Amino acid sequence: MIELQSLTKIYDGVTVVDDVSLTINSGEIATIVGTSGSGKTTLLRMINRLVQPSSGRILIDGEETSSIPAYELRRRIGYAIQGHGLFPHRSVGRNIGTVPRLLGWKQARIAARVDELLDLFGLEPGEFRDRMPHELSGGQQQRVGVARALAAGPNILLMDEPFGALDPIIRAKAQDDLLAIQRRIGTTIVLVTHDMNEAISLGHNIAVMDQGRLLQFAPPADIIARPGTPFVEALIGSEDRPFRMLALQRVRDLIEKGPASGPAIDAWANARAAYAELLWSGREAAPVQEGGAPVGRITRAALQSQAEKPV
Amino acid sequence: MSARPSLFSRLPDKLGVLIAALVAVGTMLPLALLRANRIVPGEALPIWQALPAFQAGILIVALLICVIASIWLRVPGLRLGGAIGGVAILLVLMGQAGGYLTPAGNDLARVSPAAGFWLLLFALSLTVTDALAKMKLRPIWRILGVLLAGVGLLLLLGSGQWDDLSVLREYQVRSAAFWREAERHLLLAFGSLSAAVLIGVPLGVACFRVPRLKSAVLNLLNIVQTVPSIAVFGLLIAPLAWIAATIPGAARIGVSGIGAAPAMVALFAYSLLPVVSNTVIGLENVPGRIRDAAFGMGMTRRQAFMAVEVPLAFPVILTGIRIVLVQNIGLATIAGLIGGGGFGVFVFQGMGQTATDLILLGALPTVILATASAVLLDAVVEISESSATRTMRA
Ligand SMILES: Nc1ncnc2c1ncn2[C@@H]1O[C@H](COP(=O)(O)OP(=O)(O)OP(=O)(O)O)[C@@H](O)[C@H]1O
Ligand SMILES: [Mg+2]
Repeated sequence: MIELQSLTKIYDGVTVVDDVSLTINSGEIATIVGTSGSGKTTLLRMINRLVQPSSGRILIDGEETSSIPAYELRRRIGYAIQGHGLFPHRSVGRNIGTVPRLLGWKQARIAARVDELLDLFGLEPGEFRDRMPHELSGGQQQRVGVARALAAGPNILLMDEPFGALDPIIRAKAQDDLLAIQRRIGTTIVLVTHDMNEAISLGHNIAVMDQGRLLQFAPPADIIARPGTPFVEALIGSEDRPFRMLALQRVRDLIEKGPASGPAIDAWANARAAYAELLWSGREAAPVQEGGAPVGRITRAALQSQAEKPV
Repeated sequence: MSARPSLFSRLPDKLGVLIAALVAVGTMLPLALLRANRIVPGEALPIWQALPAFQAGILIVALLICVIASIWLRVPGLRLGGAIGGVAILLVLMGQAGGYLTPAGNDLARVSPAAGFWLLLFALSLTVTDALAKMKLRPIWRILGVLLAGVGLLLLLGSGQWDDLSVLREYQVRSAAFWREAERHLLLAFGSLSAAVLIGVPLGVACFRVPRLKSAVLNLLNIVQTVPSIAVFGLLIAPLAWIAATIPGAARIGVSGIGAAPAMVALFAYSLLPVVSNTVIGLENVPGRIRDAAFGMGMTRRQAFMAVEVPLAFPVILTGIRIVLVQNIGLATIAGLIGGGGFGVFVFQGMGQTATDLILLGALPTVILATASAVLLDAVVEISESSATRTMRA
């Protein structure tokens, strides 16, 4: 559990983070969105003390972070820096092995861990292990940056726009991978992003920041349905609202009995994708299958009711 | 006109034309100077008088080939080969002129390279440098090239080809002194460099850490860098040169209270600024996000310094060392003036006796050493920055 209590950061008289308090439960993902310069990176870096708060406290599992040496704290917290920040003079393998080496792991264990992570991020170890960072594409560099943050299996992961340089397809895959990793190891993640869709699809809670202040910290459905301020509402975008609501649901929860024709939709697909499919194929309903077996149908009406503003 | 791609370009190379003009003038100017003894004025002889007819013919044909190659030949490798061949022939035949012109059994007569030789050497070296620049050789090949050139020079001198030329005549009568001063020269240049590195790098690190120290130290060193060029050179060199010029042998006995130690101190003071400022710049150039990453991963200050900052700043620090080494090899000549020894001894003795050959005996090794260290260290700097800084700058 990460507790931020009245965190404030002032640079030369300018308040860039203004009295922010929030709590992130263990094993959950909090996403931070906001315009450029709203203080997202500064807030994130106060958690691993790369930035010293002007006032306020940070507790991790009830323990105040200022009570342990900064370098020890940071070795326990994975950090994927904005724009990757790989060490240009070290190979991909040595970059990823940075924290394990600092923690004094055995060579063999580090090597195995590096290969495991490269595999996980779709980078063939034999091909990429010994490359230098400048021999990678921007997207590959970012993935190595995230792999480096995960190397020592930290309980907490801070990620600053980790998928910014990825194309939509790889980005979707990277997000899925991150969710899978997160579910498997139960890491607590704080992720900064510019992309509202990413914030909604990854976050258990979303923190919306503007000019250093935390405007709202709530689950995606609440943020969409009950934006706390006009700024949050603008950030969601009024024309996208219904579809964002849909995107939060799985087809599986909206199945009903009855006939339907045409190609089946997977029960685990999200409701927005199903609605798009129905609109595009001109159908009122489509069969739903789970694990290849038919389990019922999904209708436009059912989907539309989910897209309405909740009361 | 032939359509297939050829080794030759249709348009003449601009630099090639300039080189051709230089070679043409160089051919007309005297190749050698024949004097009855080392200080009287002598007789200037063009190629066709300085060499037997056959050898003169070879030299002229070789020069002609080099000119054609440098104007029309397109492949840098071939131009380079041609120019190196030209230099080799020129050097060997210059030695031949020595034997040819020296009257048999005459130890006093002096044959020395004249304006034509130097101009031809300059023109051909220009071709070599130009071809090398176009070929963009890997650093390792450049290092090898310098070593090969060194071997070539040793072969030329060891074979006795040049023994009849005046510079080597000067060498033969003072070979023991030559090697003593050579050792002293290197000691001055490298000794002051080592001291500057040992003190300058830590000082640079301290300046990087403490901004207030930085401005104080750099300002002071900037002043040190400029003051001697006015004060020491003006106040010390002029009268000492006058003494060396008017009282024969004064420079050799040395002026009391002046020697290697003050020369060392002066060179050291000159060396500090490049070393300190390059250390500071190298460290300052490490991008903030990479430093952040180092601390963000949980490195301590020391670990971040050794594992990230030093390796990334290293090429810039090395560049500072290169500047200092080349500068000190040249400046160490001045030590000859204040009794510090080194090749400068010959230069200033030669100036005192108006013996050009003696000046050359001091100046040539200095120039060769400085050039060789510049090329070598440039190559090493390039190797050291290969992967580290490329992405950093991007
Ligand atoms: N070290 C610093 N000194 C002074 N001002 C700073 C410093 N770091 C950040 N700031 C200022 O604080 C504000 C917030 O910066 P921050 O990097 O947290 O923004 P951000 O929300 O991460 O922006 P982006 O989305 O562009 O990354 C900005 O106005 C920035 O100029
Ligand atoms: Mg940021």
